[in-house]
Amino acid sequence: MKLRLERGEPSGWWILLVSAAAILAAFVVAGGVFWAYGLNPIHAYAVVAHDAFSTPGALPEIFRPTIPLLLIGVGLVLAFRAQFYNIGAEGQLLAGAVAATWVALFTPIRGSWAIPAMFAAGFAAGALWGLVPSLLKLRLNVNEVISTLMMNYIALYGVSWLVTGPWKGPSVRGFAYTDLFPDPAWLPLIPGTRVHWPTLVLGIAFAVACAFLLSRSRLGFEIRVQGENPDAARYAGISSLKTTVLVMVLSGGAAALAGVGEVAGVQHKLLDPNQVSLGYGYTGIIVAWLARGKPLATLLTAGLFGLIYSAGSAMQVSLQMPFRVTYVFDGLILFFLIGSERLMSYRIRLIPTSAVEKADPASLSGGL
Amino acid sequence: MAQSYRAACHPYGGKDRDAARKNQARSVSAAPPPLLALREITKTFPGVVANDRVTLDVRPGEIHALLGENGAGKTTLMNIIYGILQPDAGEIVVRGQPTRIRSPADAIAAGIGMVPQHFLLVRRHTVAENIALALPTVPFLFPGRRAEDRIREVGAHYGLAVNPRAAVWQLSVSEQQRVEILKALLRGAQILILDEPTSVLTPQEVIFLSNVLRQMKADGHAVIFITHKLDEVFAVADRVSVLRKGRIIGTVDIASADKRTLARMMVGRDIEFGHLARPPASGSDALEVADLWVPGDRGTAAVRGVSFAVRAGEIFGIAGVAGNGQRELIEAVTGLRKPHRGRVTVLGRNITGKTAQAVYAAGVAHVPEERIRMGIAGTMTVAENLILRRYRYPPFARGPLLDSHATLQFARRLILEYNIATPSPTTLAKSLSGGNIQRLILARELSAQPAVIVAAHPTSGLDVSATDQIHRLLLQRRDAGTGVLLVSEDLEEVMRLSDRVAVMFGGQLVGIVPAGTDRETIGLMMAGQTG
Repeated sequence: MKLRLERGEPSGWWILLVSAAAILAAFVVAGGVFWAYGLNPIHAYAVVAHDAFSTPGALPEIFRPTIPLLLIGVGLVLAFRAQFYNIGAEGQLLAGAVAATWVALFTPIRGSWAIPAMFAAGFAAGALWGLVPSLLKLRLNVNEVISTLMMNYIALYGVSWLVTGPWKGPSVRGFAYTDLFPDPAWLPLIPGTRVHWPTLVLGIAFAVACAFLLSRSRLGFEIRVQGENPDAARYAGISSLKTTVLVMVLSGGAAALAGVGEVAGVQHKLLDPNQVSLGYGYTGIIVAWLARGKPLATLLTAGLFGLIYSAGSAMQVSLQMPFRVTYVFDGLILFFLIGSERLMSYRIRLIPTSAVEKADPASLSGGL
Repeated sequence: MAQSYRAACHPYGGKDRDAARKNQARSVSAAPPPLLALREITKTFPGVVANDRVTLDVRPGEIHALLGENGAGKTTLMNIIYGILQPDAGEIVVRGQPTRIRSPADAIAAGIGMVPQHFLLVRRHTVAENIALALPTVPFLFPGRRAEDRIREVGAHYGLAVNPRAAVWQLSVSEQQRVEILKALLRGAQILILDEPTSVLTPQEVIFLSNVLRQMKADGHAVIFITHKLDEVFAVADRVSVLRKGRIIGTVDIASADKRTLARMMVGRDIEFGHLARPPASGSDALEVADLWVPGDRGTAAVRGVSFAVRAGEIFGIAGVAGNGQRELIEAVTGLRKPHRGRVTVLGRNITGKTAQAVYAAGVAHVPEERIRMGIAGTMTVAENLILRRYRYPPFARGPLLDSHATLQFARRLILEYNIATPSPTTLAKSLSGGNIQRLILARELSAQPAVIVAAHPTSGLDVSATDQIHRLLLQRRDAGTGVLLVSEDLEEVMRLSDRVAVMFGGQLVGIVPAGTDRETIGLMMAGQTG
């Protein structure tokens, strides 16, 4: 018997298996991080697993990071399907946070209209933030990876400037915060937890809507053709302007909704950008990557990374490790996933040795 | 290190150059032994014999033209000489020694250089750096600097002036070609292969290149010049070998050759298939193109004042060697490229400069040249590809939504009607064979009942049965009154199907001739001879 690698269409279970193996490999290597901290990796994983699952009130905590990751992940899936490499979800999230803060603190909108107005303003701001790089690409052929990434820093320093300068709250005694939002601008929570459910509902609805858009609508058809083969799209008369702009409005807008959720549901104020988003915009890229172009799959992948985030909090509390260790996990998982890409397009087959000998000369002469 | 570097450039050092010239002068009178000889080279690919017992001598101080249509086997042969492909049989003899050339490195060691049609240069590097990269030993630091003097010296000798410090991306195409030639020369090439060197050049640059070649000839180099243009053969070559369908038809001295003979050797005389054309239809004009000027990818006009009309119920063929403006003409007619000037009319409606969508809606179907690159979205299903041009319209679209039921039903019908071999309508299009992908495209385009079909190289690379089916489909449509514009490099195909044939050369129609015109005349026109 002999093992042979063949190229072929990967089946669903094979993709799942390879992805799971990649994530497992990432965990094994990440064990080295625990070891470097002087901890037994197996013991450390056991403690983290216990804290993240079995402690009372721990399970709902997984949902808190899942919410922004879901919104961002679905938006990025959409952008990636149109072959637009949006690395700017972090900035789009912050744009949404800023717009929501503006509505909450600097407009007279109160009462039951406050929350919808904040989401609407946030969506518009994120859409605008996503629109700039898409227009730069369409009109001037500026690489979107660079422009979306740079837009993140503009947003980041913009927020820093706001909270240390013009928007710094008079009542916070020198901290770099805005004032707390008024009550009507606080998102309701699921009782007994800290889960701001309206954002969660938005995320799930967005995932379902995007799945429907891609598979059932004319627009989704256009986005898919544009993403799969831009030349065929040109031939079919599909406007790349329309699809790209639309995708980036939705992708940027969704990330911004996540930002609204963070300020209105978790922080209740605008503060240092690194506290508004715990790197959700970047982790969202991995969430989308793992979902392999399927909006509904982000429900799972966002949950997985929500789990890793909440495990990170557990590590912080129980093992006195810095929260940023979770970024090492993120990085390793992405590294192994990208590394496993090639493996996915191959199948391993067992074939009898005699067949190998017979087949080989034929395939050699055929190849020459 | 410096020593070996000079050694690499050795053949063109000052003294040796004079010696080479004297040698050359001595050896011209007594027929010199060939620098390179091919003996019975055979190369087959699945389904085709690309080179069939090719035997060829190339002498020092000779420019040897290799003339042939697309697909005659020229490039395969050159790839064998340069070590990119291995022959199935036959041998290569370099300077009297049978030599096995397993890789381009072996070819370079044997003194063979190649200037490819598409240049292999690092665009961001300077000329000197690119050339240093090709040399066997270069200093670790500032590799480009050491090469600069040699580039200037050799460049001046051959008239290949190029600034060694210029970055490649700043150079014109002609200058990049000079860099490729310099690269080969500095590597010590005595036998230089130029693959269609003039296809990217302006007429002035062609004159410039032929002066360079003459100087190389005077220095005792052998040049193999691949072309399909007769004028160039007569302008620069000493001898010419004609390749057709993988075989050498003959090798003749240019002094004793004439254009008509060469053209006949190139395209052959025998008509191997039955002639399926019929007398010109008397229908009204389905497609009219008037004084059309279309820019190429580099901005200069690729189509220069083309006018013709395709009548309803006729196949109008455009023959010609690829790269003479056919692609740009098709793109302008189908709305994929904006013309500079001129008019395109379909059934009396002006569609000049309209979008691809509007042109399709006006009744023009398009079977594109590169079926996989443009004709399908490979990772989408067969059914989705079948509605690629019509997803906007009912029954496939219902408002902003798509009707998957109607799509599947339509797909099932077309799969049967056009014999598309696919496991199911939801199979990914890329998993079909080339012939079935083309059936899919034809099914999609023809099912719209177009007034005009623009078919570009519709059967290139397909097997006999797919070719036959596609030909029958086009003829059926013609008989049903559709105007067909058929563009193909395959002269056989154009002559077999077309009711009238136009020949395109250099962005213009050299002439329009009726079906049944002899191949010799058309061959001459394809090679740029007007009469």
